[in-house]
Amino acid sequence: MITFKIGGVHPHDNKIAKTAAIDPLAPPAKVAISMAQHLGAPATPVVAKGDKVLVGQVIGEPAGFISGFVHSSVSGTVAAVEPRADIAGNMVPHVVIDVEGDEWDPAIDRSETIVRDITASREDILARIKAAGIVGMGGATFPTHVKLNPPEGKKAEFLIINGAECEPYVTADDRLMREKPDGIVIGAAIMAKVLGGCKCYICIEENKPEAIKAVQGACSPFPDIKVLTLKKKYPQGGEKQLIDAVTGRQVPSGALPIDTGCVVQNVATAFAVYEAIQKNKPLFERAMTVTGQCLDNPRNFMVRLGTPLSYVLEAAGGAPESAAKFISGGPMMGKAIANIDATTQKGSSCLLLLTEEQTRRKSEGNCIRCGKCTDACPMGLEPWLLNKLSRAGGRMDELEENKIFDCIECGCCLYTCPANIPLLDVIRVNKAEVMKIIRGRAKK
Amino acid sequence: MDSTILTTIAILTIIGIVVAVVLYFVAQKFKVEEDERIDKVEACLPGANCGGCGSAGCRDFAQRVVAAPEFGSLFCPVGGNEVMQKVAQVLGREAVAQKKMVAVVRCNGTCENRPKINDYDGYASCKVKAALYSGDTGCRYGCLGCGDCVAACKFDAIRMNPETGLPEVDVTKCTGCGSCAAACPRGIIELRTTGPKDRMVVVLCNSKDKGAVARKACKAACIGCAKCQKVCPFEAIKVENNLAYIDFNVCKLCTKCVSECPTGAIHKFNFPEKPAAPAAAPAAPVEKAAPAAVKAEVKAKEETV
Repeated sequence: MITFKIGGVHPHDNKIAKTAAIDPLAPPAKVAISMAQHLGAPATPVVAKGDKVLVGQVIGEPAGFISGFVHSSVSGTVAAVEPRADIAGNMVPHVVIDVEGDEWDPAIDRSETIVRDITASREDILARIKAAGIVGMGGATFPTHVKLNPPEGKKAEFLIINGAECEPYVTADDRLMREKPDGIVIGAAIMAKVLGGCKCYICIEENKPEAIKAVQGACSPFPDIKVLTLKKKYPQGGEKQLIDAVTGRQVPSGALPIDTGCVVQNVATAFAVYEAIQKNKPLFERAMTVTGQCLDNPRNFMVRLGTPLSYVLEAAGGAPESAAKFISGGPMMGKAIANIDATTQKGSSCLLLLTEEQTRRKSEGNCIRCGKCTDACPMGLEPWLLNKLSRAGGRMDELEENKIFDCIECGCCLYTCPANIPLLDVIRVNKAEVMKIIRGRAKK
Repeated sequence: MDSTILTTIAILTIIGIVVAVVLYFVAQKFKVEEDERIDKVEACLPGANCGGCGSAGCRDFAQRVVAAPEFGSLFCPVGGNEVMQKVAQVLGREAVAQKKMVAVVRCNGTCENRPKINDYDGYASCKVKAALYSGDTGCRYGCLGCGDCVAACKFDAIRMNPETGLPEVDVTKCTGCGSCAAACPRGIIELRTTGPKDRMVVVLCNSKDKGAVARKACKAACIGCAKCQKVCPFEAIKVENNLAYIDFNVCKLCTKCVSECPTGAIHKFNFPEKPAAPAAAPAAPVEKAAPAAVKAEVKAKEETV
């Protein structure tokens, strides 16, 4: 069994929702679809109030190179195109649709049959992935067609399909791998074809034996695709960590994975690619986990994008009294939800409910230079030093020298710190500032 | 024994003299010519090294002042006109008087006016909080209340009021250096001049949301109704992005806008308290027992006027 070399932590995996099959969740009475579901510029809405839309119809067009298409997840009438608060309370343009029935775009193949033959050409596939609005569904939401189209002179040797799902609690990818292994494998084969026939590995952590078995079974018609079992360790699903685990190559500071000949895609992205190419279905729904010890029935749902989180929570039995903090994503990298009426997006993998006891912050102590954070950091940084420099009035030049921009914000330092120092909170803000300075310099 | 001590003393003395002579010549040879006025100017400055003047510290400011032919925009906001007068004397120039600047916190989102809609339990820093989300109240523009401005102030002029959860500026201590304004991630703190006796009329709101949204989040929000703009006889008020702004260079402190504002977002500072309004008179009979005291108070007020 393989894993990455530097750092990492071992939080309890708490995959309590892994026995719950993915249930399709009926669309709510009203959806609000965000135009900023991907990294980069928010999409430009192309519908107006009063327009009738079908499931799968384009409602937003990309507004730049790093941007993406957005499709309607329901059929009905557009009620408004307006800024609304996202989970962090920031105003983002949304298209609000009143749901009427469930009428799909007739071009979408809704049958259950598995289509194995990849007939489309490379250019055709890339164009269709772009048109289907597919982005990295592991959480970073980077447009997939950009990642699958390496710049001139760079060749992908390895396509790594990320099924690590190293975040505790989250089981959406696990369930998807168990229930739709064929789609994932065919999606991987399609992406390998786009990249010009490279080696393809589907990487799954050891705590998902059923998923490993299911995907291995689905791989049999594809000799170029192999399943690798990974040792359980967080943050295994990080792009750079996964490349290290599979190929032993280190992505240098400031470089991209493609510089080491690797492209990493999530399993959910692979499945979305399969649906887009073989079934002509754009990305408008995704698997999402609703979990937490305080819930009686942790669930996995197939939710339409734009469904309010409060509606998803209601479907899982509603929020119990003891739930104190709602988190979008896993407990390590997820974000606390300030607005439960915000809606699901392409990157929403999990809605996690934690109790007061689980989320209470312990009071901060003094750093005794024990070095635990340095040991845990998977990027080989020194979090204690970055914290110290950040707090000393933001010594940006020294922060840059100490590679603060390499931080992947995985939270291992914060998790392991015995003095409960909010290392990541401080580092994250100053990382953004250093990045701003670097970008400003590059423009000059 | 005696000779050992004497020899030691003699050797050390000789070494001392030789080194002193060498050092004297080295000092002469490598002497750095520096304008002695720099030291004199620096001695006049407050020495807080706050950076409010835009220089890297008081020494840097002194160097720049001496090097520049005129004061121009070089001004020590902390020392004010008094210090600049002294500096002018040292340099034999004419001092350029500037108005005193003070910081105002343009938010009145007290706990009462602006109820919390969620709890923030992260690191207590406005900068961190602002980067994470829109804040623990409904207002996306208001004070975050973690006190980055208080930590930035080198003159103890800004303090957190635990009752309102908002920072308060002590105008007498504030030097207008601008450290707090730079520290505020929401840009709430404004540097401005004051009228006579530190009087000011300020819109205590920074919300650029539409009226209904702003009002829902905070009772004391500016809703951009532009009533103040209409009532102002001096055209000092402009409403942009649903937010009124009073140009302090134009404002004549007539305070007409203060009573006109429907949400009470416009505040006046350091104006004398008005004597009891006539509308309150009918309620007075209870206090009739002590008319002498009331009279004395009125008299005292007349005298001060």
